[in-house]
Amino acid sequence: MTRSHAGTTRAPQRAETVEPASDSAESSTHPVASEEDLLSIRHAVRAATLHAGFGIVDQTRVVTAASELARNAYVHGGGGTLTLDIVRRLGTTGIRLTVEDDGPGIADIEEAFTDGFTTGAGLGHGLGGARRLMDDFTLSSTAGRGTVVTATRWNNRRAP
Amino acid sequence: MTTSDTATTSDSVARARVTEVLRANADAIADRWVQLQLEQAVLGSDLTESELHEEADALVAALAAALGGDVPVQRLAHGDQDLNRIVTDLSLRRARGGASPTVTSLAVLALKQALLESVRGTTGESDGLLAVALLINQLLDAAGALSFEVYVEGREAIIHRQSHQLLEMSTPVVRLWRQVLAVPLIGTLDTARTQVVMENLLQAIQDDEALVAIIDITGVPTVDTAVAQHLMQTVKAVRLMGADCVISGIRPPIAQTIAQLGIDLSTILTRATLADALAAAIKITDAPGPDGTDGR
Repeated sequence: MTRSHAGTTRAPQRAETVEPASDSAESSTHPVASEEDLLSIRHAVRAATLHAGFGIVDQTRVVTAASELARNAYVHGGGGTLTLDIVRRLGTTGIRLTVEDDGPGIADIEEAFTDGFTTGAGLGHGLGGARRLMDDFTLSSTAGRGTVVTATRWNNRRAP
Repeated sequence: MTTSDTATTSDSVARARVTEVLRANADAIADRWVQLQLEQAVLGSDLTESELHEEADALVAALAAALGGDVPVQRLAHGDQDLNRIVTDLSLRRARGGASPTVTSLAVLALKQALLESVRGTTGESDGLLAVALLINQLLDAAGALSFEVYVEGREAIIHRQSHQLLEMSTPVVRLWRQVLAVPLIGTLDTARTQVVMENLLQAIQDDEALVAIIDITGVPTVDTAVAQHLMQTVKAVRLMGADCVISGIRPPIAQTIAQLGIDLSTILTRATLADALAAAIKITDAPGPDGTDGR
């Protein structure tokens, strides 16, 4: 068996370091202020996943997660921005979504991740679902200051 | 005599002079304006030269009439009814004809040149020419701004109408089999769209006495929790009408995504393809009714 894990020989903090692609065309910020913005965000994310060489299932996952997170920022956070980056790590390409809003913040983060929990009229699967759809997921929220979600999905298809 | 009195006097002299020139040389100014527009040459495709002449004659006459009144020059374009209507019509015609906003407001502003040339040609004296030029500028800048405003409003009205049409067009209810209806959904399913789909579908169920409604989502690129929720609402409403609902066209990536999101669609009959859904629907409509008949 020669299967090796590229990350095992490196220092952990090195493996965790994610460098945004130097090409500025691979980073873009989109407003989240209306239902129409969600549509253009889905289009932009779909285009980015294609650009990063994602397969159809991963494309759908990332687009759906972006739609959930942007909708959360729009509905609960009163609007914000979504930043889309194509990132590289250890030879793989990933899509990083950063969704920021300056809404009321999330009072109980664990509760917010619970399936079926919602403070609005939705199904309550969006946030937890988005976490399951992405590989890396961090959420920070300060009451009265807003919420920042960073979520990354790596392309697990072998490079051609 | 104070300076402001002087200014007022020279303003009214200039106004009288421009009005006079507009009346005396109406045809020449209109022709020159048409000529200038033709030189700019990027007109909307469906404006003929004779239409331009008609427009020009009407505008020049309206300008002369408006200047003859006592509304301040800056407010004439908006305030004078005839002038306002003519500038509005002219701009809308160009907006609908697909001309660019630049061409549209430049068309109005080109009248400045025609008018100035005419004023200069009729009198040798250069006295007061500055006041005349200022007046023409004030008058036609306001008209240009109005024209731009109307152009944008016209375009927005077109966009609004089109999106409305698209909403209607993109949600047809088709009769697939006896007592079986289908709605092929294309694009996204937001709240407004769900409302239209639901209204059309429920009405069609009643009209056709349908037993099964198939909602095909092959053309829906993303199914997130909001779309799923809208689908579930529609299914619930269909069931309240006493019909069954089948959701078809669930592609493999969509199926995986729905499962990972944790949305429970197990209470809803789903099929991978429209063909499978139709087979399931026919089975439902063929099932014998509770009184031993075949349910028809």
